Amino acid sequence: MTLLATERIKLFTTRSPWWCALLTLAVTIGFAALITGTTDAGGGSVAATQFGYQFGLPVIMVLAALSVTTEYRFGTMRTTFQAIPNRAAALLAKTAVVALLVLVIGEISAFGSWGIANLLKPSADFALNSSADWINVTGVGLVYALAAVVAIAVGLLVRHSAGAIALLMIYGLAVENLIRLIPNVGDDIYKWLPFNVANRFLTGDGSNRGAVLDGPPLSTSSLGTWWALAYFAAFAFVMLAIAITVTRKRDA
Amino acid sequence: MIEATSLTKRYGKTLAVSNLSFTVESGQVTGFLGPNGAGKSTTMRMILGLDNPSSGRVTIGGKSYHELKDPLRTVGALLDAKWVHPNRSARAHLAWMARSNRLPSSRVDEVLETVGLTSVAGKRAGGFSLGMSQRLGIAAALLGDPEVLLFDEPVNGLDPEGILWIRKFMHRLADEGRTVFVSSHLLSEMALTASQLVVIGKGRLISQSSTKDFVARAAENTVKVRSPQLPQLRGALEQASARIAPGEDGSLIVSGMDSEKIGELAAGNGIVLHELAPQTGSLEQAFMQITGDSVEYHTGLEIEAEQVLETAVK
Repeated sequence: MTLLATERIKLFTTRSPWWCALLTLAVTIGFAALITGTTDAGGGSVAATQFGYQFGLPVIMVLAALSVTTEYRFGTMRTTFQAIPNRAAALLAKTAVVALLVLVIGEISAFGSWGIANLLKPSADFALNSSADWINVTGVGLVYALAAVVAIAVGLLVRHSAGAIALLMIYGLAVENLIRLIPNVGDDIYKWLPFNVANRFLTGDGSNRGAVLDGPPLSTSSLGTWWALAYFAAFAFVMLAIAITVTRKRDA
Repeated sequence: MIEATSLTKRYGKTLAVSNLSFTVESGQVTGFLGPNGAGKSTTMRMILGLDNPSSGRVTIGGKSYHELKDPLRTVGALLDAKWVHPNRSARAHLAWMARSNRLPSSRVDEVLETVGLTSVAGKRAGGFSLGMSQRLGIAAALLGDPEVLLFDEPVNGLDPEGILWIRKFMHRLADEGRTVFVSSHLLSEMALTASQLVVIGKGRLISQSSTKDFVARAAENTVKVRSPQLPQLRGALEQASARIAPGEDGSLIVSGMDSEKIGELAAGNGIVLHELAPQTGSLEQAFMQITGDSVEYHTGLEIEAEQVLETAVK
């Protein structure tokens, strides 16, 4: 509890988490408003309200990566390890606090997006009347939290803001999709790439939509909903375990 | 008490600290002296468990840093005053440190008061001057009311007022019975602050002794002699194996022999002396002599500076 409280004080006494949180909400909810506002009357689905989650995801990962890299930049990571020589415990506490904050931001952004769609198009059917609908909305926070764990791991390994953010952005926005271009095996590899699988957890097989295009693109992964979540979580925690092991051995 | 045993740190091919052993006793200020790049900061980071030694070990009161429970209560350190998030207030910076070691938040206000930062406690630390940052760093070091305090070059870049403040503060801490270990590359500063000295150069121990002994040994004392019977005197001195260098306006600069001996020698040989003046070299000069070859990065400028110094002496 002491360590969690320590990390909570550290996180909330600087401004960047608040800016990132606001930006995430603005991007996701704004996008939901844009999509619903421009859909023809009668159209729209729960999935379509969550279009913006893909744009909030990079901002969330920036927030999480910065929570580590700014500590390296300003030397407070050394002060932290000096106060808490058990580095694994200190870093796990940090991860827990950041992931929890991100989970909350994710839920607010998802329900905010869904809410604004309801407000703009009261006539459309945005009722959460299937488990797929529920996962579509509530799952955003979970995916964000796990993505934050990945970003923290990368931040710990790279230790520089620019490097860590560039790596996360290039991977998330380009590399996974570019892998599909490899002839023959590209699509098979892509099926198992973590962010594609995370997308599978959120969007499911698209059966809760009116039309396939009625929402963000579907994932090519063929895992079941919960297996997809477990796969993404395992990826995130393996990354974190590697990062903590490296940090423990390295000079601070 | 801090005890280092054959401490070694290697970065790739560079040996930053090599087989370094020393002890720092409690209740006094111990200076950690060496030129820039001698391995002082690396050693301090190893004491705090931030860097892992390549071999050897260092203990605080018999325990390694990792074994300390709530370490800020045992060891306080100021390694770099800029290790603060610039957008965090001074109070918030101390607050999270206090929380991490289960210290009451009242301690934060106490240490802010001690270093005189109470009025700016809510201001962002990024806007602090170097002197204020240094005070904040000292406040952080004092947070857990520790028995052992480490300071790395605390007076670097400070104005005279700040230097005086830190100097007095160190003495106060030692008078309270704490172990104070403070590094510097300035012997003159250490001569005023520390009662014991651990001197290193190029990562190796050069000496561990009391400051008084070190200064006495370091400052090579020379004697200026003038005499109308210079050739005889020179001969007598050479026979007694003193080193002689020509001084200005026909005087001799004698080293390796004190003024009493020279006077007795002159009297014994019936030589008249017009001047017999002991001269004390500057501490910095002496320090350079002792650490001589152990400066990590020699530059042409340094050699030039040495030459200027030498001609000034002559």
